Amino acid sequence: MSLVQLSGVSKVYRSLKGGDYTAVRDFSLEIPAGEFFCLLGTSGCGKTTVLNMVAGFEAASAGSITVADKPVTRPAADRGVVFQGDDSLYGWLSALGNIEFGLRMRGVPAKERQDKARHYLELVGLKGQDHKHPQELSGGMKQRIQIARVLANEPQMLLMDEPFAALDAHTRASLQRELKRICRATGKTVLFITHDIDEAIILADRIGVMHAGPASKLKGTVPVALSDAERERTHDRFLEVYREVHAMIRDEVALSLERSQA
Amino acid sequence: MNERARNVGLYLAGFASLFAIWHVAATWIIPSVLFPPPWQVILKAVELAEDGTLWEQSSASLARIAIGFVGGSAIGIPIGLAIGSFPIVRRLLEPYTEFLRFIPATAMITVAVIWFGIGEGSKIFLIIYTTVFIVIINTAAGVSAVAPNKIRAARSLGASPMQVFFNVALPATVPYILTGMRMAMANSFVTIIAAELVAANNGLGRMIWDSRLYMLVDQIFVALLVLGLLGFTADRLFRWGIYAFAGRFSPVT
Repeated sequence: MSLVQLSGVSKVYRSLKGGDYTAVRDFSLEIPAGEFFCLLGTSGCGKTTVLNMVAGFEAASAGSITVADKPVTRPAADRGVVFQGDDSLYGWLSALGNIEFGLRMRGVPAKERQDKARHYLELVGLKGQDHKHPQELSGGMKQRIQIARVLANEPQMLLMDEPFAALDAHTRASLQRELKRICRATGKTVLFITHDIDEAIILADRIGVMHAGPASKLKGTVPVALSDAERERTHDRFLEVYREVHAMIRDEVALSLERSQA
Repeated sequence: MNERARNVGLYLAGFASLFAIWHVAATWIIPSVLFPPPWQVILKAVELAEDGTLWEQSSASLARIAIGFVGGSAIGIPIGLAIGSFPIVRRLLEPYTEFLRFIPATAMITVAVIWFGIGEGSKIFLIIYTTVFIVIINTAAGVSAVAPNKIRAARSLGASPMQVFFNVALPATVPYILTGMRMAMANSFVTIIAAELVAANNGLGRMIWDSRLYMLVDQIFVALLVLGLLGFTADRLFRWGIYAFAGRFSPVT
């Protein structure tokens, strides 16, 4: 039984002048509970549109989206979102205040939510940073806070929109490892958006490759049955998966470049 | 600490040079009874302070500014929040704000005096008038400038639209509200003097006007000096207040 089901989903953006823009057309995907699914695509292929629709930020123009058999109509606490930039954090709240935000909104008593927030602060490796405000923290730390904030809310699934894209290579690598560890420990279902093949292979149980936009849909999926030791960029098995994914996305990258220059 | 001492020192030196240039100008460059040097103005200020005139006139002006400023902010903030939050309210009220903000408070003085007399009513009306639009516009701009991801994040963390307003939109807007209020404070000083020049029983503006009648140039300069000081102090207090009580609301994108 799949936790997330998208079937025949389309998204059309109406524009005031000129023609309508079809971002995705007839997009279908199923994600089983507990799976770490990476949606991989070139820029402008509509992968963020897919995430926004699953999050409930944008309504699908056609087709159906369900999470745990319930149709998605609006954002809700069962789908936690981690954004690419840090502008989703609340600068007037401390790290702890940001992490306990969701629990506070849902009326969890102060003591309980602070204990829980501290637990997740430790889980993302920020023990003792309770009272720091986001603007005092580095980019990597801010993404950790975003992840802790979502986890503390105990959603059914995580939606992550290129959360590490703005970080330097070393920070990115260490956060990828930690995210993998945290997801394994918590058994969360994840829909992770990226344009980075390496990142997808390091993290995913399964990778979905999208066609180049517009009017994009899923081109195919690649299972990633690798052990932790094999999820190293230089490992033979890693390279095998890389070649398979690369073969699938190569034409789409060329197409996307061609279209962006046209 | 050293750097802080240096900054304060530079600041004081800047002030000292202002008085030094004034002194040089009034004593040697334009020696005239119409342009008193600083020491003469300060002596006059001490004299006026001792007989109570200075306190009486300044407090009259300050009280008007305080009441009108607080009143204007109290009216402006909720309206600005509503305009920024609801497109319907924006469309309904924008004609008011966009039209009236181009009619300066000084242009409204005669109307205010006709309506409310030369007493406190007209002054407080004018200060509210000069405060309210700038606070509305800044507050509304602040609401519109809240990063959409902040609101999206809150919604997917389970916040209701009402909770989003009070826990995200409002705190994120505080720096803009405070900026609007600070600008309104500066406007209030302009407006109150203009209003008191035209029609008032007391206040610093009235003091300038009366001094002109009797050619008491040094007394005019006392009023100007006090205005500068009061404005400077009010602005510093406001800034200090922002840092002390609202530092955590410092603008973040």
